[in-house]
Amino acid sequence: MPEETKYSANSKPKFWNDPEKRALLFQVLMVGTVILFILYIVSNTLSNLETRGISTGFDFLSQTAGFDILLTLIPYDATYSFGRTFVVGLMNTMLVSFLGVVLATLLGFIVGIARLSHNWLIAKMAAIYVEVFRNIPLLLQIFFWYFAVLQVLPSPRQSIELFGGVQLNVRGLYLPEPVAGNGFGWVVLAFVAALILSFFLVRWAKKRQDQTGQYFPAYWASIGLVLGMSGLTFLLAGSPITWVDPELVGFNFKGGITIIPELSALLLALSIYTAAFIAEIVRSGIEAVDHGQTEAASALGLPRSRVLRLVVIPQAMRVVIPPLTSQYLNLIKNSSLATAIGYPDLVSVFAGTTLNQTGQAIEVIAMTMGVYLLLSLLVSLFMNWYNKRVALVER
Amino acid sequence: MKKLGIFAAAAAMGLTFAQSALAEDVTLKAVKERGFLQCGVSTGLPGFSNPDEKGNWTGMDVDVCRAVAAATLGDASKVKYTPLTAKERFTALQSGEIDVLSRNTTWTQTRDTSLGLNFAGVNYYDGQGFMVSKSLGVKSALELDGAAVCIQAGTTTELNLADYFRENNMKYQPVVFDTSDQTVKGFEAGRCDILTSDASQLYALRIKLANPDSAVVLPEIISKEPLGPVVRQGDDQWFNIVKWSMNALINAEELGLTSANIDEKKMGDNPGVMRFVGIDGPKGKGMDLADDWAYQIVKQVGNYGEVFDRNVGAGSALNIERGVNALWSKGGFMYAPPMR
Repeated sequence: MPEETKYSANSKPKFWNDPEKRALLFQVLMVGTVILFILYIVSNTLSNLETRGISTGFDFLSQTAGFDILLTLIPYDATYSFGRTFVVGLMNTMLVSFLGVVLATLLGFIVGIARLSHNWLIAKMAAIYVEVFRNIPLLLQIFFWYFAVLQVLPSPRQSIELFGGVQLNVRGLYLPEPVAGNGFGWVVLAFVAALILSFFLVRWAKKRQDQTGQYFPAYWASIGLVLGMSGLTFLLAGSPITWVDPELVGFNFKGGITIIPELSALLLALSIYTAAFIAEIVRSGIEAVDHGQTEAASALGLPRSRVLRLVVIPQAMRVVIPPLTSQYLNLIKNSSLATAIGYPDLVSVFAGTTLNQTGQAIEVIAMTMGVYLLLSLLVSLFMNWYNKRVALVER
Repeated sequence: MKKLGIFAAAAAMGLTFAQSALAEDVTLKAVKERGFLQCGVSTGLPGFSNPDEKGNWTGMDVDVCRAVAAATLGDASKVKYTPLTAKERFTALQSGEIDVLSRNTTWTQTRDTSLGLNFAGVNYYDGQGFMVSKSLGVKSALELDGAAVCIQAGTTTELNLADYFRENNMKYQPVVFDTSDQTVKGFEAGRCDILTSDASQLYALRIKLANPDSAVVLPEIISKEPLGPVVRQGDDQWFNIVKWSMNALINAEELGLTSANIDEKKMGDNPGVMRFVGIDGPKGKGMDLADDWAYQIVKQVGNYGEVFDRNVGAGSALNIERGVNALWSKGGFMYAPPMR
């Protein structure tokens, strides 16, 4: 029966009957189609742009921008290029995102833990906070802080003087600017030395606890060390700092440090809104830790704060980190709502004014999208690395 | 794998030879088929394009849309208005979302030459000015060193402002908002000392203030701002239609034709009027329009003088003087090529 041997298990089947090869073929086809589709879109766009007489390319980045920006972290004025406006906008976005992430995390953890408090009032207030702020659209919250809260402050000439030269008005919060004088180098030196000392102190305390079981409050001691040493040196060096107070000159305050209301409003709205979500994530993380763990820790005689810090939170973090990453990414992307109140972030400065002055919509939008993609990927990369570090090690 | 190769080669060939259709003479056809004109206007600027309580759009720029609709469709009311911010306007026109952009847009070299756009003329000659709060006691723009300035994003205003302050060695703090409403709000709340914009807009925005008398417009005009309707490049027929709709408005005023008297004057024997209403002369042939296209514009929309008075001039709340926007024969810039 020669016919039958042909289909025996040993002979090679036709490649379309081989599931593995067939799968490979379909994947190659799929990838090829996607690539062709992208090529088609790009070439079609380019030819359409050309027939309509719209110029393309990235040459515009070296042209003079010709407009000013309210807040710049690097030197910038109207004589710099459009490429520079991109960097200025990017840094402003990163500034508000970074501060927002830090504030939202702090606030979120506090509220999340407060929600589980045995104190009825604290728990209920935390619950109300979460329900109120996560259920109101972010844009409205931004408008609320900007137009309803910050814009009712008095004009510069009727500024509220808070304390020690700090001025608050509708144009922002004006702080005295510290200027380092002679001998400030010693203070910095003392500060660094104290930091190094604390590092060894913490290591020593940990080692001692491992060996003898005796507890030493190393963190509190470190804080005391750093503050004490730099403070003492500061006094010994003759207080080498002069404060430059903001002064009312003409229309506005000059000198000192200014925190513009656009930044404050955006930061308040972003961190309060995101903190409500983070609070829920923290609560779910803590509730995911078996109650037996708390009881066991308490049975060892650990005080409540250390039960939380040493036993509950480290275990809760495993549950907390993945959704926390999403909240960080949301916060970064939501910072683009800045454009509604005139905070000069990337979307407002680059995808707004620059786009409009140059008309290079495709290039500008592509660059802006690229930046958000890159920022989000970096954050998620970092958080994944951290997640791996704290993940449960199974033995 | 051979089949895949053939498929890829065929696709690649297809791509190489694929070409987008040139956008030639298609806008008029599309408008006629659709039965209405799609017109891009501002998000709300009294006197230029602003919706009233009933949601009807009125203003100088709106009347340009209505004139084009009267010329192409014979009915000035067949317009769909798309409110656009300064940032959105050019993309909306380039992508074909609107047929004509009539939104106090300044005619500049970059916009005319590198955005694939054509400016069809000027319906308002403007210049940038400053509005300040009366309580500041400022008499001239040169006293504004160190001021905070509210501006609308993505406008030529932003660039002129930077130039002006740099030329005069003054510093300022730009506070940039997305829409003119937000800009006014920022000014009212005291976030900035000055609001800067085209002078006509300043008057329009001033009456939007809770207390219009609390603000004054400074005398300095720091730039030229010729405002006019814009169309896509590459459709010459449509470009001509918008251009000549504007010319018809101006020529009608010169001929003394108004919406009230055109029916009567049509019966006379003035050769200029005969050509205008399409009884004689070039008629609508060259633009593929009805012969009475210009008659419809004046009958339904009025002449340029009527449009001006009704929206921004003596007959409106803005009460702006004709100034340079008067006819050339009366000392202004308004000069349209003859219709013959």
